[in-house]
Amino acid sequence: MTALSMTAEQSQAALATDGDMREKISVRDLNFYYGTFHALRHINLPLFDKRVTAFIGPSGCGKSTLLRILNRIYDLYPNQRAEGEVLLDGENLLSPKQDLNLLRARVGMVFQKPTPFPMSIYDNVAYGIRLYEKLGRAEMDVRVEEALRKTALWGEVKDKLRQSGLSLSGGQQQRLCIARAVAVRPAVLLLDEPTSALDPISTSKIEELVDELKPDYCIAIVTHNMQQAARVSDFTAFMYLGELVEYGATDTIFTAPKEEKTEQYITGRFG
Amino acid sequence: MAVTDTSPPGTNFAMGRYKRRKVSNTITMGLAIGAAAFGLLWLVWILAVLLINGLSAISVSLFTQMTPPPGSAGGLLNAIFGSLVMTVLGMAIGTPIGIMAGTYLAEYGKGTKLAEVTRFINDILLSAPSIIVGLFIYTIVVVPMGHFSAWAGCISLAVLVIPVVVRTTEDMLNLVPGSLREAAAALGAPRWKVIVQVTYRAARSGIMTGVLLAVARISGETAPLLFTALNNQFWSVNMNAPMANLPVTIFQFALSPYEDWQRLAWGGSLIITVAILALNVGARMLASIGTKKGQ
Repeated sequence: MTALSMTAEQSQAALATDGDMREKISVRDLNFYYGTFHALRHINLPLFDKRVTAFIGPSGCGKSTLLRILNRIYDLYPNQRAEGEVLLDGENLLSPKQDLNLLRARVGMVFQKPTPFPMSIYDNVAYGIRLYEKLGRAEMDVRVEEALRKTALWGEVKDKLRQSGLSLSGGQQQRLCIARAVAVRPAVLLLDEPTSALDPISTSKIEELVDELKPDYCIAIVTHNMQQAARVSDFTAFMYLGELVEYGATDTIFTAPKEEKTEQYITGRFG
Repeated sequence: MAVTDTSPPGTNFAMGRYKRRKVSNTITMGLAIGAAAFGLLWLVWILAVLLINGLSAISVSLFTQMTPPPGSAGGLLNAIFGSLVMTVLGMAIGTPIGIMAGTYLAEYGKGTKLAEVTRFINDILLSAPSIIVGLFIYTIVVVPMGHFSAWAGCISLAVLVIPVVVRTTEDMLNLVPGSLREAAAALGAPRWKVIVQVTYRAARSGIMTGVLLAVARISGETAPLLFTALNNQFWSVNMNAPMANLPVTIFQFALSPYEDWQRLAWGGSLIITVAILALNVGARMLASIGTKKGQ
């Protein structure tokens, strides 16, 4: 345990020289249970603002579970509970007093499979905005366009905003989902294997998008694809059997991992 | 050992077995087709008899005149009107209750004792004979009021609608992927908004189909109306009085010895059948539009 928190502190110290680095989310001694199953054990991890952090590890290691704690989406289901602290801008989001809807407006999430709502492209993007803001038509148009431009979808859909979101291709649907999340103007974006259901071209588009969104958000991405983690992330957390094995700058993790397990995993010897 | 077998690949399997399998396949196919044809035969027969007898009864006066006493000319206007009113009101009472109960079962009550019990009782209600529903409403509405009434008819039809709508609503909501609910919740939508704005939309065509099927089910029901709305020979819009309706009129007229009444009963039967057919086709079209949009 001490070894883990040290790696986190060390990398923090190592990167503290970088001027605009700010710890957006701090995970502290986090445990998670599905009923009686202890799914995450004593996780300590920082997530930096304007940086991309990748969670990697074999199936069932708890990387998606960790992501699902950060916006408390697990709260939809009974029998799932988290213990410990997750600080978002210094406030514990696991506190029972935390308003879940407001939290989720600040922490956006995109899922593995594209999940466009059964409504028009425009309404898909406007949906989240309408939940919290009462905007006039013109203002709403601006916000929808802004979100679609940010996700490089505007050119493809600007002439068919009234068409169903389901009429788009898989890759477009996924970018629509990102646009929808971005439209609410969150501070954090959680991406849960956002490209695992997509073709290579759509995948590279999403990866480019992550790069472009980076300056404005704190992004966490779960991925099965190690090349993807290496390509898009600044920091990488390797998880195994519910524990955080190693955390550090992505370059370090992929070139000179400290733990043997990490090396075995990134060289494809298991997982 | 393997080297001694020089026959080309794919030729040395047991031909006898293969032939036997082909024969049994043919027999099974024949039986299945026969069974389907046998079932269809009755359906076609019923429709043919209905068309032959019903078409001759269809006339303008059928839709413009009241049910006549035996021997004089008349139509079914009051019965058609009564059936429409009671079906519409029965649906108006039963549909919201059914949709809300189905929503509870699929969205809120998952895994709770109350939901399990409700689902079980609903399934029993779904297959309960409609005459029992009629008798039940007779006991709790007609007897205390002291007379038959259109309201009692509506309520008994509503009781028949509820289990159908509960069932289809729950099933259709369960078909909506959980990821869609999560996606809406992840934007910060409270649960009721997720259900109303996203889940219902995704399940809309399915739920609509269920509602239309419920209409089809109650528009031909006779037993529950016999004990509640009874019948009325005259034009009546009074919901507190007995009201004419097609099924009971058909029941009464078809059993009568008068030929003109019997012809009206055929006409009425054809009207109900065509209406139900139209509803079912409508439901299918709605469902296919829904799935096309869903792809």
